Amino acid sequence: MPANLRLSYFLPVIIILTLAAIFWSYLGEIKDGKSIQDLPSALIDKPAPVFKLPSINSGDKGFDSAVLKGQVTLVNVWASWCAPCRIEHPRMMQLAREGVAIYGINYKDTPEAATGFLTELGNPYKAVGADRTGKVSIDWGVYGYPETFVVDPKGHIRYRHVGPIMAQDLTDKIRPLIKALNK
Amino acid sequence: MITVRLLALILISVIGLSSANAVEPNEILKDPVLEQRARALSQDLRCLVCQNQSIDDSNADLARDLRVVVRDRLTAGDTDKQVMAFVVARYGEFVLLKPPVNARTSLLWSGPALVLLFGAIGLVLWFRRRGSATAEGLSADEEKRLAVLMDENTISGETEQ
Repeated sequence: MPANLRLSYFLPVIIILTLAAIFWSYLGEIKDGKSIQDLPSALIDKPAPVFKLPSINSGDKGFDSAVLKGQVTLVNVWASWCAPCRIEHPRMMQLAREGVAIYGINYKDTPEAATGFLTELGNPYKAVGADRTGKVSIDWGVYGYPETFVVDPKGHIRYRHVGPIMAQDLTDKIRPLIKALNK
Repeated sequence: MITVRLLALILISVIGLSSANAVEPNEILKDPVLEQRARALSQDLRCLVCQNQSIDDSNADLARDLRVVVRDRLTAGDTDKQVMAFVVARYGEFVLLKPPVNARTSLLWSGPALVLLFGAIGLVLWFRRRGSATAEGLSADEEKRLAVLMDENTISGETEQ
């Protein structure tokens, strides 16, 4: 009986320590820059959606999902009206200079505004598809803008980044992943 | 005058209650049965922008697009299950406001039953221990005092009558 009693004395302490450990791990994730609102993509390790999008301007080539095979590609969902996309844009330009194949999905934009954005800030995309209805973005499970996907040479989605890619995301996640997938 | 005001108040509150959904007139399907199913499904789908609202309640752009997707699938002849699977395949199980029963959610679903079970076990143990403690009865001293108290009670009860 006394041994039993002693265990029950410690029970509240054990519960509190367990909860503290759980909260501490969440806190660590937030400190590492991960927002608790960042949802895991349901499409990780699954084939990228199949689609064919027209270009922003008639005449240019659009974005056919068939190009997402044979090399590591980045798929960036953006819009001219999206302020974080503007913040992110220099990193896209940098990756393009490094030789990364980036494809764009232009979400619910007008041809004029989207073209204006690219003329003003530069065009890092091999091709851009205009998703005027947002249906293709839904196929990608997009819920915030910008979103960036890393697709492996087999055409499978390997990583999803919600929100603007900052310098640290490049060094910590995007570049190492592209390097690993290229092997 | 007062009745008019009262009527207006009731009317306003009723309208307020019924406008909780965000479905816009141009989204509504012509087939009332399909529309009913779409509404029911939308109420179980989370709006990922606002996260604690269903897409039926939310005015967010993405919620509107998902409502349209749900209606498109239904019009194309999908069953309710197929529509839900379509959305889950893209947005994950988090999109379901009612979590499904599976290995990952087993603790979530069995949690309340487990707490009840542990509580019941604790209660039984506690009553058992308490039962054995009170079985000793009253001492002679206590019996005497009890008798006195009982006496007092009867006397005061009689005088009051």
